[in-house]
Formats: sequence, structure tokens, C-alpha cells
Amino acid sequence: MATETLTLGKALNAGLRKALENDPKVVIMGEDVGKLGGVFRITDGLQKDFGDQRVIDTPLAESGIIGTAVGLAIRGYRPVCEIQFDGFVYPAYDQIVSQVAKMHYRSRGKLNIPMVIRIPFGGGIGAVEHHSESPEAYFAHTAGLKVVSCANPQDAYVMIQQAIASDDPIVFLEPKRRYWEKGPVDLDAPLSEAYPLHASRVARAGTDATLLAYGPMVRTCLDAATAAAEDGRNLEVIDLRTLSPLDLGVVYESVRRTGRAVVVHEAPSNLGMGAEVAARITEECFYSLESPVLRVAGFDTPYPAARVEEEYLPDLDRVLDAVDRTFGW
Amino acid sequence: MAKGDPGAPARGRRAAPRSRKATTGDPELVQLLTPSGERIESVTGPDGTEYRVDFTDEEYRGLYRDLVLVRKLDAEATALQRQGELGIWASLLGQEAAQVGSGRALRTQDMAFPTYREHGVLYCRGIDPIMPLGLFRGVDQGGWDPNEFKFNMYTIVIGAQTLHATGYAMGVAMDGKTGTDDGEAVIAYFGDGATSQGDVNEAFVWAGVFNSPLVFFCQNNQYAISEPLERQTRIPLYRRAAGFGFPGIRVDGNDVLATYAVTRHALDNARHGQGPSLIEAYTYRMGAHTTSDDPTRYRIASEVEAWQAKDPIARMKAFLEREKIADAGFFGEVDEQARREAVDLRERVLAMPNPDPDTMFDHVYPNGSPLLDEQRAQFSRYLESFEGSAH
Repeated sequence: MATETLTLGKALNAGLRKALENDPKVVIMGEDVGKLGGVFRITDGLQKDFGDQRVIDTPLAESGIIGTAVGLAIRGYRPVCEIQFDGFVYPAYDQIVSQVAKMHYRSRGKLNIPMVIRIPFGGGIGAVEHHSESPEAYFAHTAGLKVVSCANPQDAYVMIQQAIASDDPIVFLEPKRRYWEKGPVDLDAPLSEAYPLHASRVARAGTDATLLAYGPMVRTCLDAATAAAEDGRNLEVIDLRTLSPLDLGVVYESVRRTGRAVVVHEAPSNLGMGAEVAARITEECFYSLESPVLRVAGFDTPYPAARVEEEYLPDLDRVLDAVDRTFGW
Repeated sequence: MAKGDPGAPARGRRAAPRSRKATTGDPELVQLLTPSGERIESVTGPDGTEYRVDFTDEEYRGLYRDLVLVRKLDAEATALQRQGELGIWASLLGQEAAQVGSGRALRTQDMAFPTYREHGVLYCRGIDPIMPLGLFRGVDQGGWDPNEFKFNMYTIVIGAQTLHATGYAMGVAMDGKTGTDDGEAVIAYFGDGATSQGDVNEAFVWAGVFNSPLVFFCQNNQYAISEPLERQTRIPLYRRAAGFGFPGIRVDGNDVLATYAVTRHALDNARHGQGPSLIEAYTYRMGAHTTSDDPTRYRIASEVEAWQAKDPIARMKAFLEREKIADAGFFGEVDEQARREAVDLRERVLAMPNPDPDTMFDHVYPNGSPLLDEQRAQFSRYLESFEGSAH
């Protein structure tokens, strides 16, 4: 088997399958995750092979999904909850923030809630409203939750297994517009030797400026770096991967070399992940900076109608425009 | 009655004076002990279920002891709050029978999910009554081990725990722990106000759809802080169950015997795989919502007095006296035990140390976080910077 070329969606499916195989306490629950395999087919075929006690089609209520998963976790299960779309997670917000995140703390460590909350997030698929949002800052701001996002099929396959194996409650953000992008996946790589879940990684080495992204924007930044190379600019791209806790050691090391940093995300810029990253870079790398850390992000509007989302979303040109501005300082 | 599971009632029955159909008297209320302390031998519920208890004299006395102790400890906690030793206290005054009756109906293997007022159930589960006082004193956020005592932490967010109970019950069924006499059942506590919450209604849906081994135990104490029941519902709460496809029944929540009988029956149904049910324990919050509340602003004294006449302890005492199950010596001994336990509780609360500030960084994540490690270290350095100075 070894290495196969898979889409990011299929890689997630393979990772979920492996998690179900490895631990009988893992259960998948959500709306339409059974026979249908999820609206994005991420759980395709799993109920057929593992049964409807392991892959559970739930009633259509998100707070109920997360709230019952808390009870299952107290009982000793490891629930993997699918929220169908980013914009539908809010009915579960109380259970996530007040219950999932705080149960371990309130019990002084006596209870673990080893839950994974999978959320397809972000725009770029021409969807109707509430289907293209980027809610990561809400969750990254909440103590007791960890938040990660995968950006390529190999990471999708490994990270989902790592998240399920972790005793921490983890919000797992899947870049839905990248579900169909393909890449090599080593299906036999042992989890114990895998790159750590809560660690950033250089996705493309460079020398002139540092681009920071996660999830769907990693691809955009890699494309921007390719375009910049044609203009003679050598950009480093870092895939943050973990949004809570942030892992910025590799970022500081990079920015101390390049002196310039641009943070890119789809979520609105105001109080977004970029604000935290920029503040921390400024604290740690102040004397190395040649320009302020800039942000390229969604605007502080509600997510707009699909026919204008290409203008709303950061793209290659807006990223390169920001890079230019860091050099114009 | 000893702490923990009283088990199945022992043999050696006392003949009760009379029985009646639920269709006589109050048609909507299962009652085995009238407010004046008269025993009703059995009551037949609307579905034909016959509710009865057959306790020994010792068991009757045990229930009385539970009721008195629970009330006394609760009163002590209220006093401690008034003296500034607790930040707040949510008194169970008036609801002792609903809590002791249901709490004693639980078998050892059953799991309970409380609100923040279930001090009586907590007592029945064998948890040190000081535990919730740590929460309300502000030195911790709970403290007991939910799995050790089969009693989850208190839940402050209204109704959220009903979903946890439902998920836990789903897990019980998935573990194959239903269908036998020693099967497991789960009980979810909540109040009349909570029945308006989405989470509670979602829990009803889930439990019904998955046929979960769960008893929804609603203590209808007539008020959600200031809002009367009429602001939450236009039908009796127990009838809501019908819409979700499982049985609902109303019991006199000030009657410890009826509450025990109804809860035990519902739990046993659940453990045998017959699915969820809703119990509405009809009772009254004699005190304030919490020590921060002033009920004189929203309810009249005559209403409280009417419920005073239905007091759960007075009726049990009248029954024990009338049937000569207990004498003055027994009542005096129980009062003395309650006094001693209250003094002990007070002394231990006053001795509770404030937590070390550094402990606020503990147990945020099972696997820790480098961000928190850094903040803890910074905070520690900050505190050390004052060492040796006058401030």
C-alpha cells in the first residue's frame, strides 16, 4: 500500500477509518454521516463497515450532537463529531465553550473529554450564506480547547488520527475548498513517528519574507511564493497547522532571518488569528523586523454573496501586494 | 438508612391503611403519603402501573433521617453564606423529599447528572456534603470524582447536563449494560425553568430516538428565579413527554415515599431496556432561588404558607409517630446528629484554605500547553519580584 495519491477528503476518510479500526471507543457522530457518508463524503463507507453504533446519524441539532458527545466521553468513548458546515456550529457554541472546554478544568483533571469536533470551514465553493465561514478565532480564544487545521492530504490523514488519539478536546478545521486537491499520502506511516500535531512547519523555504497561513490559505501562499520567485523574490511559507496553542518558534526563527512577515487568513482581520500572531512576532522579533507585520484577511463584513467572494477572499495578488508593501516600508 | 444504595427493600412489611386509584383525589399526582401523614398503600398510574413501597420500619426511619440531615446541612450552608463564608448558596429547602426519594431510588451502578441544587441527591450518593461548599465558597469548581460516586459535577448552565446524561445513557446502551436486573440507568435532574431550554428538548429527542436508559427528573419547584411556571409552559410539564414518545408522570415531590416508588420504577424500566421516561416531581422552593434572590418581590406569603402545610419532613414525622415507628428518643437523636454534622461542616468550611494562585494553571488540558507553561512561568517570576519588598 504505502504511498498513494489521494484527495484531502479521501485522506481524512482513510484517517477516520484507521482511528475506528485502532480503538473500539472511537465513535463518529453527526448529521448525514451514515448512509450518505456526510455531505462532503468524508465519512463515506464507514457506517457500512463499522455499523450504526460506531458511525451514528444524529437528530438534526448541533447542541445535541456536542452535548451527548460530552456524556459519551464521560462514559469513556472518544467521540468524533461532524458539524456539517462552519456556520452551523453556533447552536453548539454553549456546549463547546462552557462544557467541552471546561470539564477537565472544573473536575481538577478527573474527567477528560477526548472529543474531536470536525468542521469544514472557509469559503471559495460558491455556497449560499452560512456555508463559508471561518470561526477559528472564537475557538482559539477559548481556554480548554485546542484548534488545528490541515492544509494537505498527508497532514489530513495524520492529523485527524492524532487529534482523535489526543485526550484534549480539539476543534479540527477542514479546508473545504481543498477537499478535492490531491497529494501523496503515506498510509503506513506509524503515528508514533509522525510530525507532532501541535507544531508549525515550513512548507516552502525562502529568504526574503515570511508568509504565515493555515488551512485553505497555505495553498494560496505557496502559489504566491511561486509567482514571487518569478519576480526574483524568495518567500518562505509557514503552515501554522496549530492555532491553539500556537507554535511560533519556527516563525520567530524565520522572521529573524527575513525581517518581514505577512499573515494570511480568510477570517476577518479584526481580532483574528493574524492579530495574535503579529503581536507575538512583534514581542519576540522586534529588533529583527524591517517592517510591521501585515495581515491579509477577509474583510470585517458578514461573509458576502457567492458572486463576490473572490473579491472578499485573500488571493495570490492580495498576498503579493502585502509583500510589496513590507518592502516599501 | 445507610449512605449509598439501600438496595431492594427488605421483607417485613407494615400494612398500610388504604389504597386508591390515581383517578380519585388529584388525578395527576402520585402520592403515597398525604400532607397530614396518612399512608396510601398504593396508587395505580394512568398506564396501569401500581406504585407502592414496602419499607421496613428501619428504612422508614432512615428516610426520615436523610430528610432531616439534608435540610439541616442546607440551612447551615445558608447561614455560612449570610456570614460571608460562602459567595452564594442555592438552597434546596422544600425539595428534600424529591431529592432523597429519587436519590435513594438510585442503585449503586446508576449515574446521576445534577443541576447546582441537588445537595440531597449528592448526600444520598455518599459524597462528603462539604464538596459543593467548596464550589460556592470559591475555592474550587466542584471537587468530587464523578465516576467514583456516579454523580457528575454540578452544572450551572441551565439544562446543559440533560444532554450529557443522554450521551452517557447512550454509552450505557452501547456497552450492552441494559436489559437485565443489574443493568445501569441514568438520571438527569433539572428544573421547571430548564424545560424551556433547547438542550432539554434536544435531550428528549435524543433519548427517545435512541431509546436511552434514562430518567428525566424534573423538580418543578414552581419558579425559575422569579418567573412562575406559567411563563414556561401552558400544559403540565409531565405531559410534554407524550410528544417525545415516552411516558411522563407527575409525583408529589414532597412525598418521599411516592418519589422513591415512581423513580425506582422508572429507573428499573430504563435498566431493563424500556427506554426513557419523564418524572415531574411537583414541589415548591420554600426559600429564595439563591441567597442573592428576594422572593418577596414576586410571590405572596399566603402561597408559601399553603406549601408550608405540605412540608415533606412534617408529614413523614406525623406518619412515623402515628404508626409508632419512631418515638421521641429517635427524633431527638436525629436532631442531635444533624446538629453535630452541621457543626462539623461549619468547622471544616472555615478551615478551607484559599487555593495557591499557581493552581489556576493546572488541568486546563490533559496534555498541557506551552502557552500556559509560559504564562505560569511569567506569573511566577512576577510574584517573585515582590519577594523581600514591603508590598
